[in-house]
Amino acid sequence: MTVAAPGRLPSPRFAGSIVLAARQFPRHRAAMIGLVCLVLICLVSALAPYIAPYDPIQIKLSAKLKPPGFEHWLGTDHFGRDIFSRLLWGGRTSLSVGLLVVAFAFALGVPLGLVSGYFGGRIDNLMMRLVDAFLTFPPLLLAVALVGLLGPDIQNVMLALGIVQAPVLARMVRSSTLAVREDLYVTAARALGAGPGRIVLSHLLRNVMSPIVVQLTIVFSAAVVAEASLSFLGFGTQPPNPSWGRDMSEARRFLGDAPWMFMAPTGAIMLCVLSINFMGDGLRDALDPRAWRTRRTLGPGES
Amino acid sequence: MPLLSIRNLQTRFATDRGIVRAVNGVSFDLEEGEILGLVGESGSGKSVTALSIMRLVPEPPGKVTADAMTLEGTDLLRLNEAEVRAFRGSRMAMIFQDPMRSLNPVLTIGRQITEVLRRHQKLDGAAARRRAIELLETVGIPMAEKRLAAYPHQFSGGMRQRVMIAIALSCNPRLLIADEATTALDVTIQAQIIDLVKRLTRDRGTSVIWISHDLGVVAGLCDRVNVMYAGNVVESGPIRELFHRPSHGYTLGLMGSTPRVDGGARRLTPIEGVPPNLIDPTPLCPFLPRCRVSADACRTQAPVRRDFGAGHWAACLADLAK
Repeated sequence: MTVAAPGRLPSPRFAGSIVLAARQFPRHRAAMIGLVCLVLICLVSALAPYIAPYDPIQIKLSAKLKPPGFEHWLGTDHFGRDIFSRLLWGGRTSLSVGLLVVAFAFALGVPLGLVSGYFGGRIDNLMMRLVDAFLTFPPLLLAVALVGLLGPDIQNVMLALGIVQAPVLARMVRSSTLAVREDLYVTAARALGAGPGRIVLSHLLRNVMSPIVVQLTIVFSAAVVAEASLSFLGFGTQPPNPSWGRDMSEARRFLGDAPWMFMAPTGAIMLCVLSINFMGDGLRDALDPRAWRTRRTLGPGES
Repeated sequence: MPLLSIRNLQTRFATDRGIVRAVNGVSFDLEEGEILGLVGESGSGKSVTALSIMRLVPEPPGKVTADAMTLEGTDLLRLNEAEVRAFRGSRMAMIFQDPMRSLNPVLTIGRQITEVLRRHQKLDGAAARRRAIELLETVGIPMAEKRLAAYPHQFSGGMRQRVMIAIALSCNPRLLIADEATTALDVTIQAQIIDLVKRLTRDRGTSVIWISHDLGVVAGLCDRVNVMYAGNVVESGPIRELFHRPSHGYTLGLMGSTPRVDGGARRLTPIEGVPPNLIDPTPLCPFLPRCRVSADACRTQAPVRRDFGAGHWAACLADLAK
């Protein structure tokens, strides 16, 4: 540890929790692999216009249902469209849906759950009845209704899926908050003059982060798959535009004749979800100092 | 004027079975720089008294009332939530029994100390950090600078309690309440912590309310003791007076059930029975069913307060001056 000159000491807030957690993350090997995979997938999708070998929506019936080969790396679909190109383009839709739904669910569900869990009483009752109302609908039906209301547009699909997922997250955050709220350090912090804002943000939120991160990885996978279902029903991505979920559901009809059509988008979704899950594990451990490991071992004469 | 003055403090909790009178008419004064012991068995109302002073009793279901509860002339019960928050940590502070659980596991020690300094003393990052290092050194934590980046789980119980003391004293409160602060620690550490509290509060003139069920700890630390039973103070006096001449059946019972190093081989005599029901308090002495020294008068009339001089009194009818 370096000792800075007096008067210019780094603030412990930054030398502490956040930086230490960030330093911890790369030590989690699976999480780093996940991160690298996800960044690669995002990059490749973002660069789709430049690296896709074919036009993803160009129909060429003479080349339909071609198995993977030199000309078409991952084969072609029933309209003779290049599957690899569709995969790259489709990633743009699917990834943005997944990530934005996660962001939306977090932004809406976490504050709701924290406030509900910490303050309890009437506020809690009101909020949870609202959440219950949302949870009584089958999630897909609710999304369909919302998209029907807002219009079949990919932005609206993201919004609808976010609204569907937020209550689930809110309920989970609330129950974790209820448990943490009773911990002695919360009382101790209050005895030292901490107000509700400080307690919720720096004591409760940090302690319920682990289950939130795990839940968000699930939200991501659910969102990608739900987008597929919505597209299949005619909302969301409109044909002939590609999205992983859409292509996957379309490929079912050719499962016997052209399994590669199904494998490509499925594999992409699986890779994404796995990467995010691994990252979630790493993030969870990095956020919990008790799970930290050190690479140093004791040398001779060290204590 | 005493630093803390409490008259007829009542803390009640609404439950399905009725109103529990956890604290039922406690009155006492705490002088500047005085260390007051609060002794009694579990459920006697010691902790609730402390939480009532700190205004940390959840309302509802709790309800705190008093004829007066003033700290340095300010009526604590008339402060609103924001004003009380400004008092907590700066004018009055509290440390808790279990140091393993009273620090946030996911925040660094440094962050938890500086948070309080920034809030109450409005120090900036660097100043708060310097002060935190000083504080950790004061409570005897070596390599304080390095420890700022450590997390609670890397500390032992004794060290965590030292950190808690450092945090509690960081803004020089006038009143420190320690609720069973050494109960979870082993005896050698206990002695160190007690010495530390003694030294730091004497230096700063801080008044202390030391809650314990351990008479030995109280005898070694406090200037005066309040013995609590069934939500009320039943005997109070300067430490020597009270130990030489326990004047309440309950105090006598407590002493009989405490092992002594210098007392030779002697069987401990437990207090038989269970603490009384706090929902329907009896007009008679609440300790009567368990008392070994009760007089006939105890069965017919309410206990009266008897003074023995030098601030020593007891609410007991039995004649113990033998």
